[in-house]
Amino acid sequence: MPLTKRIIPCLDVTTSSNTARVVKGTKFIDLRDAGDPIELGEFYDEQGADELVFLDITASSDKRKILIDLVERTGEQVFIPFTVGGGLRTVKDIKEILRAGADKVSLNTAAVQNPDLIKEGSKIFGSQCIVTAIDAKRVYVNSPKEAMNNIVTQIDDKYCWWEVYIHGGRTPTGKDAVLWGEKTTKLGSGEILLTSMDCDGTKSGYDLALTKIFSERLAVPIIASGGAGNPRHIIDAFNLGKADAALAASIFHYNEFPINIVKEECKKAGIPMRL
Amino acid sequence: MPFNIAIIDYEMGNLKSIYKLLCHLDIDSIITSDHNKIKNADGVILPGVGAFGDAMMQLRQKNLFDLIIDLTSEGKPLFGVCLGQHMLFSQSSEMGYHKGLNIIQGKVISFEKTLVGKIPQIGWNSVSFSNEDHYIIQEIPNNSYFYFVHSYHAIPDDPSTILGKTIYGETEFCSMVCKENVIAVQFHPEKSSKNGIKMYQNFVQYCRK
Repeated sequence: MPLTKRIIPCLDVTTSSNTARVVKGTKFIDLRDAGDPIELGEFYDEQGADELVFLDITASSDKRKILIDLVERTGEQVFIPFTVGGGLRTVKDIKEILRAGADKVSLNTAAVQNPDLIKEGSKIFGSQCIVTAIDAKRVYVNSPKEAMNNIVTQIDDKYCWWEVYIHGGRTPTGKDAVLWGEKTTKLGSGEILLTSMDCDGTKSGYDLALTKIFSERLAVPIIASGGAGNPRHIIDAFNLGKADAALAASIFHYNEFPINIVKEECKKAGIPMRL
Repeated sequence: MPFNIAIIDYEMGNLKSIYKLLCHLDIDSIITSDHNKIKNADGVILPGVGAFGDAMMQLRQKNLFDLIIDLTSEGKPLFGVCLGQHMLFSQSSEMGYHKGLNIIQGKVISFEKTLVGKIPQIGWNSVSFSNEDHYIIQEIPNNSYFYFVHSYHAIPDDPSTILGKTIYGETEFCSMVCKENVIAVQFHPEKSSKNGIKMYQNFVQYCRK
C-alpha cells in the first residue's frame, strides 16, 4: 500500500471578536457549538480527515494572540497534522505559530512581497513546515505568442496562463503563477496550497489544468483547492489533476458529503486512501 | 516518585505535541534535559524534528549522549520518534557523515529521488508489522496508516530488529525498529490520530511494568 492521497478540510476562522470562530455557517446536528474551530477539528479527525488547515481570514497582527491561543488549544485536542495561515509576515510570526503547536504555516501575500521569508523560514524550521499558498486566476490570450514570458496552456481551443493574486484575491500582481510556484520551491517551500480563483465557490470542480501543470512541473506536493462540489471533483483532482491532496470547505462544513463518504468514493475509484 | 515519562529536550523540533498527547491521556510527563529527571523517569521518549548532525551536537553539548546509552543498557524503556529513531543508529549520511548513538547497529540514508519521486515523503502511509505480538502494536491493526514526514530512513544491520516496514515509491524501508527495551518509529504517532495515540498508550503501559 503506497503513500495515500490526502483529504483536507479548510476552516476559515475569524479573530475579530475576542475568540476564534469558524466563519462559514456550519450546521452539524451533533455539535453543541458549531462555530468552535477546535470542536470542528475534532469532528473532522473523527471522520477521517488527513490534515486540517486553519486560515485566519481577518489576518490582523494585533489579534495574533487569539490565533496563537487557538493553535495551542487545537494541539491539545487534535492529533493529526494542522497548518495555520493568514497574515503571517515575519520569521517571528512563523516561529510563534509553530511554537504554539502548528505543524506547518501557510504563507501567501507576505511571500510574494518578500520571497526571502520562504527561504529564511525553511532554513530555520525546515521545508516540511513551510507551505506557500498561491491564489491563481486564468488570463486568456489568443495565442501563446501574446504571453511569451508566461507559461501558457491550451484548454480546448483556448489559451491561458495563470496570474497570482494577493490580499485574499483582491490584488492582481502580474506574476505568472507557475513560475512563482517553481521559484517558491527553489526558495525552500515544502508544499503548495494552490487555489483557483476561477473555481473557488462555484462547486463546479477544481481547475484541473492548473492543478496538473503544477503537479507535473513542481517537485513538491500540490494541494488542490477551490471548486469542490462533490466527491467526483475530488477524484478528478487526483486522477486528472495529479494532486497529492485535495482541500475543501463548504462540502464538508454543511455535511453534504462527509469526509468518510468522500474517502470511500475515492477508494472505490482506485485512489490510495487512509480509511 | 509518581509515574512519569521524560521527553528529552535537545532544543529542536516540536516537543510540545508529544507532551500534549500524554496530557490528553492523563499521563505525567516532563520536557527536560536534566540528567536526574531523565534517570528517575519510568520511560524516556527521544523525539525529533530537524537535522541529524545538529541534533547529535545538541545531545553531546548537554552530555546526554552517554546518559542515553547507559540508561538503555540498564533496561530503561525508550521510545524514539522520527529523528529520534535515526539518532539511535550507528551513523547517518544526512548532510555529511555523522556518528549516532549506536544503540541499534545500522545506518541512516536518504531516499533516492529516482526510486521514490517526491522527497520528502509527506503524508499517511501504511506499516506492515513483522511481529504482531509486540507490545507496542497491541490493538493496532496490521497495515494501519501513520503520518510520515522525512527524507531519510534507517537500515538496521540485523533484519530481526525490524518490526515494521513501509513502501514509498519503489523503496521498502524500515519504519519501526525494536531491540529489547528500545523501540523506535520513523513516523509521527502523535500526529497519527487514534492508532498513534494507542501506540503511546502501549509504550506507557510497558513502562509501568
